[in-house]
Amino acid sequence: MATERLAAIRDDADSRPAVRRWAPGRRLLAHFALIVVTLVMLYPLVWMVASSFKPTDEIFSQPGLIPRHLQPSNYAEGWRGVSTAFSIFIENSLLISLFAIVGNVISCSLAAFAFARLHFIGRRIAYATMLVTLMLPTHVTLVPQYILFNKLGWVNTFYPLFVPHFFAVDAFFVLLMVQFIRSLPRELDEAARLDGCNPWKTYRYIVFPLLRPALVTTIIFTFIWTYNDFFKQLIYLNDVELFTVPLGLRQFLDSTGDSSWGPMLAMSTVALLPPLVLFITFQRRIVDGVATSGLKG
Amino acid sequence: MAITYPTIRGERKRRTRYQNGWALAFLAPWLVGFLAFTAGPMLMSLYLAFTDYDLLSAPKWIGAGNFSRMFGADPLFLQSLKVTAIYVFVGTPLSLTFALAVAVVLNRGLRGLDFYRSAIYLPSLFGGSVAIAVLWRKVFNGDGLVNQMLALVGIHGPSWISEPHTALGTLIALEVWQFGAPMVIFLAGLRQIPREFYEAAQVDGASRWRQFWSITMPLLSPILFFNLTLQLIRSFQAFAPAFIISDGSGGPADSTLFYSLYLYQEGFVNFDMGYAAAMAWMLVLLAGAVVAVNFIFSRYWVHYGD
Repeated sequence: MATERLAAIRDDADSRPAVRRWAPGRRLLAHFALIVVTLVMLYPLVWMVASSFKPTDEIFSQPGLIPRHLQPSNYAEGWRGVSTAFSIFIENSLLISLFAIVGNVISCSLAAFAFARLHFIGRRIAYATMLVTLMLPTHVTLVPQYILFNKLGWVNTFYPLFVPHFFAVDAFFVLLMVQFIRSLPRELDEAARLDGCNPWKTYRYIVFPLLRPALVTTIIFTFIWTYNDFFKQLIYLNDVELFTVPLGLRQFLDSTGDSSWGPMLAMSTVALLPPLVLFITFQRRIVDGVATSGLKG
Repeated sequence: MAITYPTIRGERKRRTRYQNGWALAFLAPWLVGFLAFTAGPMLMSLYLAFTDYDLLSAPKWIGAGNFSRMFGADPLFLQSLKVTAIYVFVGTPLSLTFALAVAVVLNRGLRGLDFYRSAIYLPSLFGGSVAIAVLWRKVFNGDGLVNQMLALVGIHGPSWISEPHTALGTLIALEVWQFGAPMVIFLAGLRQIPREFYEAAQVDGASRWRQFWSITMPLLSPILFFNLTLQLIRSFQAFAPAFIISDGSGGPADSTLFYSLYLYQEGFVNFDMGYAAAMAWMLVLLAGAVVAVNFIFSRYWVHYGD
């Protein structure tokens, strides 16, 4: 499995410095190239933040970053929204993400413990099945899921957006945790068993607490995925009061078109703040998560 | 292991005692989820793919009607296929090339590695979000950032997102802008290549270019393959940026009508759920075929060290 290979690679990375250095002249050139790349990458984001403080007509007449006329009222106007306050969208997004996180942490860790530590008939087949679901495009379950949730009367509620997470549908995280649990010394389980722990107690008091690093990664990426998701929210949520941040932005765009850039960019900036704060706080872990398992933003 | 001590063997025997009951309890949520949200729906959509279904009346069996409509009577479907194919087969190689090039430069123990890596990765984190799509729309607008920059050097740029021949390009640019994620994966792989290989090559007089193709590429090929597979699967499913840039229409002139976007329109705007289900299965087949071809060819260029 490629991901396991990558995990192994990362473990070795710190102990084996295989770094070749550039000659001083070339090093300067490399830095120069990298700075240019970084600037190009970050410029749109910086431009967005700068423009969010400009009056709308200045945004497309002045390419410079520093606003001539500071207009923080863009934020107030955007925050008030078209018909519903932007704070409602943020609340909704955070609420859905919170439930999705709780669901993933519980259900994925339970499944991962079984796959990594318990012996049972059909383990190989079940595990392989889980891995296959990783590769499936979500579209293939989309229509029947919609029909199912429609029958349950769950369309236009938050349920379709977080309930599946309580049933370990994000196989990525199960895989992540299985690999982590396998790296824990088995002697711990043995000791617990000899002390009279059944599998539940071993899971609850030995494995789950040790799983913390993998759980943090799960929490971060569940949040980012749920928060950024657009397709499902678009399908399932119809009432403006239930709208999430992406739907709120889209509504704003639809009703104001290209006329009010300032407030639009202000709210886009606000929308990116939660993932940005998370990224700054957990930079290392996020980058490591990407390197080891191919998780993307 | 060659030697098995009696005690260990006894230990192992006790451990391999099956714990089916416990396993079932631990796996119950996953099992229910798999049946209710994955396997069940897959079978159901396979059935619906052969029906005409609008959510209100009962599904009507029409055999392969949906599929013959796709390839015989639906130019929009073919258009969405074309748009997605261009997006996947142009965007993926471009972003992987950037990712690899920058990773190779970064791997030389430069000061500030963590900073560069984080800064370049950041766009991937925001990547598919609506906020970024909105920003992109502004950046490539007629009087947006790109044209302001071009104006500085005296070029009068077009309105990128409303011209049929440039609109898809802006979305590919958005995809390439997110090359940070594969780059981080490449970096992890590059660190694994032993320094001695390069030293030996240098002694033998191999140029840097030669070293790259004869050492770096073969040893990195499993990771390139991994990145390629991930990226292909992801690109086939792209949705939000195309939706936002075109107001959900796939315009201008259907030039950004991504497969997912067309599927959404048919299934959830026109409520032609049978057709949407057929399209979903066709996507599985097409994406699966591309991944399979990639896998078959990997035998010729992916080297797994012994």
